[in-house]
Amino acid sequence: MTTTVLDPRIARFPFPFRDDSYRYSTNVEPARRFTPTEAGGWGDRVLDIDDEYRDELAQRAAILRRDPSRCTVLPHMRAAAWDTLLTLLRELAATHPQQMTLERDGARYRWRNQLLGTDQEFTYGGDASLPGGPLGFAGQQVQEDIVLLDQREGSLWADAGLVTFAADWSLGFDVGMRFLEVHGPVPRIHEERVITRAEQFLMRLQPGEEFRRTNWTMTVDRRLDASTETYPEWGRDRRLVVDDDRLPDRLHLRVEVQHLIRLAESGAVLFLIRTYLASLTELARIPGWRRRLGSVLAELPQDMTDYKGLTRYRDAAAHWLTEGWRYAP
Amino acid sequence: MSVDLSPTAVQAREAGLLLQVADAEPAAPGIRTLRLRSPDGAPLPSFPPGSHIVVDCGTRRNAYSLTGPGREPEFYSVSVLLRPDGDGGSDFLHRVRVGDLLGVSRPRSAFVPVATARRHLYVAGGIGITPLLSHVRAATEWGRPFELLYAHRPGAGAHTAELRELCGERLREFPGRAEFQRALEDAVRSQPLGTHLYVCGPAGLLDFVHAAAGRAGWPQERVHAERFSAALDPGEPFTASLAGTGARIPVPAGVSLLEALERAGTAVPHMCRQGVCGECRLRVVRGRPLHRDLYLSPEERAAGDAVMACVSRSHDEELELDL
Ligand code: FES
Repeated sequence: MTTTVLDPRIARFPFPFRDDSYRYSTNVEPARRFTPTEAGGWGDRVLDIDDEYRDELAQRAAILRRDPSRCTVLPHMRAAAWDTLLTLLRELAATHPQQMTLERDGARYRWRNQLLGTDQEFTYGGDASLPGGPLGFAGQQVQEDIVLLDQREGSLWADAGLVTFAADWSLGFDVGMRFLEVHGPVPRIHEERVITRAEQFLMRLQPGEEFRRTNWTMTVDRRLDASTETYPEWGRDRRLVVDDDRLPDRLHLRVEVQHLIRLAESGAVLFLIRTYLASLTELARIPGWRRRLGSVLAELPQDMTDYKGLTRYRDAAAHWLTEGWRYAP
Repeated sequence: MSVDLSPTAVQAREAGLLLQVADAEPAAPGIRTLRLRSPDGAPLPSFPPGSHIVVDCGTRRNAYSLTGPGREPEFYSVSVLLRPDGDGGSDFLHRVRVGDLLGVSRPRSAFVPVATARRHLYVAGGIGITPLLSHVRAATEWGRPFELLYAHRPGAGAHTAELRELCGERLREFPGRAEFQRALEDAVRSQPLGTHLYVCGPAGLLDFVHAAAGRAGWPQERVHAERFSAALDPGEPFTASLAGTGARIPVPAGVSLLEALERAGTAVPHMCRQGVCGECRLRVVRGRPLHRDLYLSPEERAAGDAVMACVSRSHDEELELDL
């Protein structure tokens, strides 16, 4: 038994691998289930506020100032955007009753969040009564990225969202697209079926039902904004990191915990994406994680490696996790 | 206060809500409006326009549209038409008293407005007005253009005062069939492109509306009729036999194969419990599985040698599993 106190980032890190190899699957499960890991556990709540709260919200605000299109609401999604705000604030208040409250008086609401020093009144449906409108304001209170799916004509459409921490995609390009198309060209026929199945499942969700899944990729440095628009800023790091001695500190496993919630009042599907980053060095402190990520990367078929953008550094990372870590200073 | 302890009531309570009758008023001849609230006064789950709840009515479970506001409501309101020749559910609800507790499902939605519609044309006959009330309320709140045609016998309309206040000019009431049919024929011919039509009422009215919309060239996707979507039905009981141990495990109606196995001490890996993730797949040795999942491909289903334990059941009385 070690007595070292684990960084809470690692203790609550949603290590996603259930096996020594990884394939796509429709890995949905009911939300709010605590999932123990070798380092601790995660998943007992829908919205997760952690030590990075203020920092990540500040990053989001800066990104939105540079590029307001990261928050987009097509006109028919207004009711869904308000539904999202109310759902998220209620959830925050229920999770942190000491620090956050939402009071209602008819259509008037008052939101207080002591962690941020927020005290805000608003009128439900009055977009001008809130800084940033309903979705923009929601993004000032939660660390999660938000996508809203409208259901019609037997499909789901990504018609609104606030996404500042995307991994190699972009809300600006995808807004108004079918859920199936948002996923772009996927390398395997099997993955097609996985997504079709996920869509059918989502379309059957009843009001208030909540599920979740995890997804993963890798990112160089603690860069949350790895969206398509900013590719010129981060794209070459994928190549340069391979010969960098600091590779284990710079290369991060990027895990998304995605919640899928049928909004109760509007009937839209709320898709929340929370991004967690842990470097190889951090992960290697947990022996089971080090071994498992090493095998997953070493075994990952080439087409999936390319699709996830890991081609340049996959071998270097797998090698460090299986061998190299022993010689780390 | 009477508490119903029939097995269905207990089931409904576990899966849903236990609500108290706060008041009960006659709404129109033969129609009783019940307002249900949480016994502790907490707000009830929100719901989209057109939702219904399944109410435990003694030995029956009936679906009723929610007619009140959908945002964090203090009450659920349902209007129950007494059907003397029905199965007794409406009769039961016409006799419950203020203070009684009822087992009620969470709201279920199968009749939502289409958010991208340019305009909404609502058509109701008789008690069929109930799911459209919440549509009209939402359309008013969000400024969506709409009109409502309501056919009911003179003096027999439900919620007419409320509707007149909400809709003003946008409501047209028809006491006679001929006038209603003429108005509808006109309405389906004069709507702007991009209008969606929503109809609820007796079968004859539904047929007429579908036919009229068809004649006027409406694509089917723009005509929506209310139909209650049954929850996954409880299914027939069967027996699961385990090839490895020879154990025989009864799977009663309303209990999934996965649950029955778990209760009998046989753990099966699972994630979603909804038939989509693929984790709970079991190999079938003998017997014909009754597939209800979204996971297996048509070919895998046809092969008949696999079953998703969380949702699927058995055609035969016995299903032998490779466990
Ligand atoms: S548990 Fe997911 S398919 Fe059965």
